[in-house]
Amino acid sequence: MRNAFAEEMTRLAATDKRVVVLSGDIGNKLFDKLKVVDEKRFYNCGIAEANMMGVAAGMAMSGLRPFVYTITPFTTTRCFEQIRVDVCYHHAPVVIVGTGSGLSYSELGPTHHSLEDIAILRTLPGMRVLAPCDASELRQTLHEVLKDDSPTYIRIGKKGEADVHPSLPDLKLGKVLVIRPGTDVALLCAGNMMADTLKAADLLAASGISAEVVSFHTVKPLDADYLQQAAARFKLLVTVEEHSRIGGFGSAVAEWRMAQLLRVAQLGFGTEDVFMHEVGTQAYARKKYGLTADNIAATTLAALRA
Amino acid sequence: MLTKDTTQLAKLAATLRARIIETSSKTGTPHLGSCLSCVDILTALYFSVLRIDTSNPQAPERDRCILSKGHGAMGLFHVLAERGFYPMTDLDSYGEDGGVFAEHPPTPAHLAGIEAATGSLGHGLPLGLGMALASRIQGPSYNVYAVLGDGECNEGSVWEAAMLAAAQKLANVCVIIDFNKWQATGRSREIMALDPLAEKWRAFGWNAVEVDGHNFDELLAALAHFPHANSQPTAIIAHTVKGKGASFMEDNNNWHYRIPSADEVVKAQIELGLAP
Repeated sequence: MRNAFAEEMTRLAATDKRVVVLSGDIGNKLFDKLKVVDEKRFYNCGIAEANMMGVAAGMAMSGLRPFVYTITPFTTTRCFEQIRVDVCYHHAPVVIVGTGSGLSYSELGPTHHSLEDIAILRTLPGMRVLAPCDASELRQTLHEVLKDDSPTYIRIGKKGEADVHPSLPDLKLGKVLVIRPGTDVALLCAGNMMADTLKAADLLAASGISAEVVSFHTVKPLDADYLQQAAARFKLLVTVEEHSRIGGFGSAVAEWRMAQLLRVAQLGFGTEDVFMHEVGTQAYARKKYGLTADNIAATTLAALRA
Repeated sequence: MLTKDTTQLAKLAATLRARIIETSSKTGTPHLGSCLSCVDILTALYFSVLRIDTSNPQAPERDRCILSKGHGAMGLFHVLAERGFYPMTDLDSYGEDGGVFAEHPPTPAHLAGIEAATGSLGHGLPLGLGMALASRIQGPSYNVYAVLGDGECNEGSVWEAAMLAAAQKLANVCVIIDFNKWQATGRSREIMALDPLAEKWRAFGWNAVEVDGHNFDELLAALAHFPHANSQPTAIIAHTVKGKGASFMEDNNNWHYRIPSADEVVKAQIELGLAP
């Protein structure tokens, strides 16, 4: 996803003179081609994220379309107040991009994990929260966010994520992409857990369960139309995310359910309310938190048969 | 009124101080001492320096001025009214529910003349850098001014911004520190190691000059040297007195939060040469 981001930003910068990229001292060489397009529209703002976010807001208030890029905790929790006041209070069209989100940087420890970003950023008025599931969705997302003036947060993985879409999808912000239609249960995924969600659907199919798999690339605003019809078609909605179960995508769906008079049940997969003190790969961490195709399929099956 | 005449500017500043003190008393708005210390700085900027058009507050080529010490808003609101961004009578609704005039500046979309909503300290300079870089990237050419408090210089984001501005050679950025020697709960140079403040800005790669922040000759002279030909951003350390203008408020930090009584308003007005 990281390389797709750099490639697509280079394309966008060539065609849209408003586009500026601000980096928090990461991505050495990643943006070399972008700098060739226009060296005046790339800034390494150093390891100073609070300032970087304010600078981006000042640029956006002056008609530019800055994209702020660094490792997720540093572009979200580190400078949350600048996002809240400078970006959202001013409704400045800044696009905040968190790379290596969730457990992508598992081995680097909890300082580099981001399991709270969706939760805190979606509380901000006017903030759009996006979690594309693969490089294709990310590319489309980057084009779409430039079509209006909403502050936006995009949470992306690191590298090597499986391509879910064989070609560029017709992605519209706020509208889900149904990856695989189904009839018995809906597996709703926000972000980089899509490959495992599809595997879980395969496992369910082997048990005779037809699972619909849906990419909720837009966590805020939620696609209420889809949820409405899904709630009518399914008895169970399953949410999957590499994020804390507190406040994340699953919580957003639960909040939507609270406002409805519907009897649809929900099962949520996400990380637990603990820091990971032991060392481990992303695969290890996912297993620890039950974020595996096996566990999603088995738990869903048990819920359907209960 | 736009002028370089320092006698006229001083007279205007006295009038603004009297109005600010009256507003504080009538509406119960605190931070009076902080508002009074920066009145001369704001007067010099808005009535002598800034290239702004009150009939077109969002003109792309305008100079930007951000009151980063947002708790000085009561002063700014009076300055903007006097400058003509909105009628003085708009301030009659000061502090009323549903209005925009209270303790901190609202967003530019909600009040003409405001460049940024501040109130949380340490935000104005980064925002200003973004505006200054936007001028470099896309034009047109303009200057960016940010008025900071000395207490505000506790915030790390101020120094993050200072380093980036110098690295980017943002000569079109001018910081003015309202150095009134106090913050909410004590002496600013005791709570944090603020001194030597001008040396700090120089060490961060800025042109730094110290002036008497209540002397219009010195303020205008320092502002006239900006932007500097050496491509460095400029910091004007304006030595000021908290509560300036009313002897019983001057350098008395109780006026960070205290509200003047009607009698005290009259007493201040007499001292300002504006007896009712």
